[in-house]
Amino acid sequence: MSGQLAQYLLSGITIGAIYALVALGFSIIFNASHVINFAQGEFVMIGGMTTVSLTGAGLPLPVAMIAAVGLAALVGLALEKLAVEPARRAPVVTLIIITIGASILLRGLAALVWDKKLHTLAPFSGSAPIEIAGAALLPQSLWVLGVSLAIVLALSWFFGRTLLGKAMLATSNQGVAAQLVGINVRRVLLISFGLSAALGAVAGILITPITLTSWDVGIMLGLKGFAAAVLGGLGSGPGAVLGGLVLGVAESLSAGYLSSAYKDVIAFVLMLAVLFFRPAGILGGRAAERV
Amino acid sequence: MKSIRIAVAAGGTLLAMTLAGVLGAGIAAAQEPIKVGAFLSVTGPAAFLGDPEQKTLELYVEKLNAGGGVLGRKLQLVAYDSAGDADKARTFARRLIEQDKVDVIVGGSTTGETMAVVPLVEQAGIPFISLAGAVVIIEPVKKWVFKTPHTDRMACQKIFVDMGSRGISKIALISGAGGFDKSMRAECLKVAAQHKIEIVADETYGAGDADMTAQLTKIRATPGVQAVLNTGFGQGPAIVTKNFGQLGITVPLYQSHGVASKEYVKLSGEAAEGVRLPAAALLVAETLPDSDPQKKVVVAYKREYEGRFKSEVSTFGGHAYDGLMLVVEAMKRAGSTDKAKVRDALEATRGYMGTAGMVNMSPHDHMGLDLTAFRMLEVRRGDWSLIK
Repeated sequence: MSGQLAQYLLSGITIGAIYALVALGFSIIFNASHVINFAQGEFVMIGGMTTVSLTGAGLPLPVAMIAAVGLAALVGLALEKLAVEPARRAPVVTLIIITIGASILLRGLAALVWDKKLHTLAPFSGSAPIEIAGAALLPQSLWVLGVSLAIVLALSWFFGRTLLGKAMLATSNQGVAAQLVGINVRRVLLISFGLSAALGAVAGILITPITLTSWDVGIMLGLKGFAAAVLGGLGSGPGAVLGGLVLGVAESLSAGYLSSAYKDVIAFVLMLAVLFFRPAGILGGRAAERV
Repeated sequence: MKSIRIAVAAGGTLLAMTLAGVLGAGIAAAQEPIKVGAFLSVTGPAAFLGDPEQKTLELYVEKLNAGGGVLGRKLQLVAYDSAGDADKARTFARRLIEQDKVDVIVGGSTTGETMAVVPLVEQAGIPFISLAGAVVIIEPVKKWVFKTPHTDRMACQKIFVDMGSRGISKIALISGAGGFDKSMRAECLKVAAQHKIEIVADETYGAGDADMTAQLTKIRATPGVQAVLNTGFGQGPAIVTKNFGQLGITVPLYQSHGVASKEYVKLSGEAAEGVRLPAAALLVAETLPDSDPQKKVVVAYKREYEGRFKSEVSTFGGHAYDGLMLVVEAMKRAGSTDKAKVRDALEATRGYMGTAGMVNMSPHDHMGLDLTAFRMLEVRRGDWSLIK
């Protein structure tokens, strides 16, 4: 029976790490603009699909990965430049709706450029499962977890130690004041879109061997990633990871011990409960309004 | 100014159309064509059904006409795109019956569209061959309504028969949240008892779920499970298969006809070895032994379709082929296009070999397929192999 519990936990951690990676992308853009970018799932899709088609065309995996991350970053920059920036004086809600429109456009383009079929990548270090306490874990899950942690560390260094990172945080807290002290607010927003798109693409590449990828994979991943980001506290890197893991383990445990038909319900109820008692999310205390 | 120009343009178009109509009527006056009406989901969410269906109808109407037509008359296809919308299907069916005055209707890509049209054709008394899957279309039998595709209930039965032959009686079910998944799950639950199959676990997963190891772990821990059946469509079954291998579960895994494609085998990788599933003969056309009575039909259709459209053949296009051919055969036997006579001839269809299998209609069965329509396949070394 303990082997069963261990399997549920490991399964939950695998799914959770995927949600966490997607959630991190939401956090960056939210930090810079308070916009929730609903095209985040599409960046994930672009990363996976580009890598699949480039490796299919004969490029070695590392080259294809770098190209895919680069392409996604360009799409992110273009999205900001062409759709978000022209409307930057509009209320945040309008910007969020723009990102929803962009996500539909990107999905449509992906269906045209590629196809509507499912694709996969070979796992980076084999598909032989690792046995832990009577439960099986895929090596690919370790990649996902490891890269998530590395990204969280890199982001906390970026936002805490570098000028650009601090400028982004300042813009998020007080846009006008940031502009007054000489921060190029427009450029900060542009960079945040590029960065989170690149991050989304990294997530998309890492999870493709586990989840498969297709033109519409971004819808569900985007939704779950968003839920994880809200659960952990929007704008918080460690929060996004924690939120993702909590969501994944909750889903897995409820599928195992209660009913698989209600696992999504239970995960979302959990999210509502957290929001009810801690509206800023588990680790989101710092993001509260300051005067 | 603008409105005048539009009016002139419209008038011109109208004139041109009338002229073309007059000329066309002049040529065909000697022999009125037989009108085959169709409403298909060529666009929209069910486009993967309607698109090959429409292409197939166009291709074979053309071929039949090149071969001299039917009863010495040419065939004319009148096709509308109902885009998966039951309301549109109803409107187009009415137009086919009242304005186009078609002799027969072949169409209805989805069950929803088909059922919306059933009252119209029953009232008008026009033979209607549906291309949709669900059992409700022919159960209870409706006088003027027939259908060509096999049902998901038959897929369940085929699987249960195979399980029985391996001495399996207790199984676990795992299914997705999509329409196909749910419908097949319900049908399997319904017929399980008839085949002495007991379903001891019944798990589900959501659309777009990335990992099913939790559900499969629960199944593994359920005592007595001798096989697992996954009724699913899309990426779910590939992930279930991967997770199944990852957890090292040793009982046989069965999939549905919904994933009977090379894509599924490719996506699942090594874990697909030994997986069994029922599939229409069309998908394994070339693999069939030469002695198989269905081989000639499916290979011919596959080559014709793939040669013309340069895309892989699907069972859905095959349903449209069967529908059109059943009508043509019935008209030949009836010796006329009189609606009542064609209907009677359709109901009397015996021994017609189509892409879906041998069709033997009767007053109680307006589909006429039996379990031989499905072939049981097993994945061996990354390819299909037929199971006797």
